Amino acid sequence: MKHLTDYILHLADNALIMGQRNAEWCGHGPILEQDIALTNISLDLIGQSRYLYQYAAELAGNNATEDSLAYLRTEREFKNCLLTEQPNGDWGQTILKQFLFSTYQLYLFEWLQQYQDERLKAIAAKALKEVTYHVRWSSEWVIRLGDGTEESKQRMLNAIDALWMYTGEMFIPSESEMALQIPLDRIYKQWDAKTKAVLNEATLLIPEKVFMQKGGKSGVHTEYLGYILTEMQYMQRTYPDSEW
Amino acid sequence: MKLYTNKFYYGDYGESKHGAADISSPQTNKQEWPLWEIFIRSRQGLDHKHVGSLHAVDAAMAIENARDVYTRRMEGISIWAVESKHIHASNPDDAANLYEPSNDKVYRHPTFYNLPDAIKHM
Repeated sequence: MKHLTDYILHLADNALIMGQRNAEWCGHGPILEQDIALTNISLDLIGQSRYLYQYAAELAGNNATEDSLAYLRTEREFKNCLLTEQPNGDWGQTILKQFLFSTYQLYLFEWLQQYQDERLKAIAAKALKEVTYHVRWSSEWVIRLGDGTEESKQRMLNAIDALWMYTGEMFIPSESEMALQIPLDRIYKQWDAKTKAVLNEATLLIPEKVFMQKGGKSGVHTEYLGYILTEMQYMQRTYPDSEW
Repeated sequence: MKLYTNKFYYGDYGESKHGAADISSPQTNKQEWPLWEIFIRSRQGLDHKHVGSLHAVDAAMAIENARDVYTRRMEGISIWAVESKHIHASNPDDAANLYEPSNDKVYRHPTFYNLPDAIKHM
């Protein structure tokens, strides 16, 4: 049971931190339409995290709620992948991060749809429709920018440099992923094929022999997560149990 | 990719000496993405209705932007996008000769028929 709870929390943390990061773009998008597109995705992700936290809270007991899990855990207790907490950078970096993450979510949720746990299965099925669109939207942008102007291509290359070292962690199984037999090698193959196809169309090369950073799944994060949590948890910690 | 395409408005007479349909007029802001008119069908069997406009670099992005901007609250099941420059509008200055002649031709209206009481919804 601990493994299932940990794993659900990991999935929830991934979605929440990714959603929180995207929400930083609210009001700052390059044009109105894309501002709305990205904040829609942000809300989709925060919605996913709510379903997952609610489930995790039931499993965890001890009066845990979705709010206590999201707002009252510390940095070391968060299990999200390092990729999700990376800074937004420019539009290209945000897009690439979304593409790499959503593609991972896509194949993971496809598999989870067949999972033995009914609740997780249902959450995955619901989220899959959203994630399919996130992949479509972000991959089109990766192609536009990669195969665009000299400047947009250079920005995508910079984004790959900044983010690629955090992609490996998604496929390195944690203790709970091993216990639940999540087939990360299989998901990696699908992710790898899709990523290659899109980056290829975008005329971008996938770097080879990059040292992969890890630690997020076990609570060892980059310097960025602390800042995210500080901002996100400020209200609950300053005014405990406040509601609106 | 052609990012900088000209921008047109339909119906904005008065701002351009040549009228909105004049695509040879100099463009003021080449940084802007072209404008698209969006039509959405809310249910099977209904017509696509004009819901507004948005900016996008091409048709694929226009559809996606329309999905994000105009169907967030389950408004639609089908989207059409038409680049605004392809829409030709009647000139408001012509309103007098286009529309007013029909004002005094009441015989064109179906108001002279007595409907049987049994018929509702007419």
